Amino acid sequence: MPTLSIPPQSLLTLGVILFCLGLFGALTRRNIIIVLVCVELMLNAANINLVAFSRLGASPNLDGQVFALFTITVAAAEIAVGLALLLAFFRLRQSSEVKDMNQNKL
Amino acid sequence: MHFFASFTGSMTAFLIISVLIILCAIMLLSFRKVIYMALAIGGVFIGCAAVYILLGASFIGIAQVLIYAGAITILIMFAIMLTNHEAQEPPTKWSVKNIIIALGCALLGVALYLAIRHQTWSAQGTTVNQSSTVSNPVAIGMALFQQYTIPFELVSLLLIVGLVGAVILAQPRKEDEE
Repeated sequence: MPTLSIPPQSLLTLGVILFCLGLFGALTRRNIIIVLVCVELMLNAANINLVAFSRLGASPNLDGQVFALFTITVAAAEIAVGLALLLAFFRLRQSSEVKDMNQNKL
Repeated sequence: MHFFASFTGSMTAFLIISVLIILCAIMLLSFRKVIYMALAIGGVFIGCAAVYILLGASFIGIAQVLIYAGAITILIMFAIMLTNHEAQEPPTKWSVKNIIIALGCALLGVALYLAIRHQTWSAQGTTVNQSSTVSNPVAIGMALFQQYTIPFELVSLLLIVGLVGAVILAQPRKEDEE
């Protein structure tokens, strides 16, 4: 495998920027779908860090990539349940906005 | 900027890919129509897959394209189509709450960036990330089924429970039909 000349700092900075953009979107957007998408963006930022350390960490090994796979699986389960909840909510209230999700009764 | 001195092919590729990823993420936050946002997140996912492949994690890269860019983006689009697909995000109002959130995110980002800058990193990851005789997917399979068997089985259980739960949640309820 050829040597890689990407400094770890720049990879981690990419992760930080993506995470902060995702956090901002998840806290300010009004559509529930977009909030879910922004959570996915944050999970992706974490994945970039995991894979980066699996290659460029102090002791490079495969653990980071295996954990990234687990994260991808959990993210898939999360988005499936989240979208199912969204559909059930839309059927009930005819709305997909966060501000309508503030009561705990039918 | 010391690393501009050693400008190599992989660094150039990484810079181009990361600029594209951040551009897609900003487009995701600035689009008004929800369906365009779903398209922009597809771009972010594909860019992340390119970064993984650049880092030598080809299996994760392909899995990212299949699961994220393929399945999850399409799932999100289906959800948008099944709900009000005309929905438009109002232009970002810079209310006090939003300004506080933006400042908090920027502060978090700057703090993390300073932490990264002040950390000393070992020179380069020159050593291989697998036993160099087998390819990356083979090595990941070995690690999954030898070292991480129980987490692997647990995560498959989680996936089954999640998908069955999603089907049950999304079913139309009996009392709604009557």
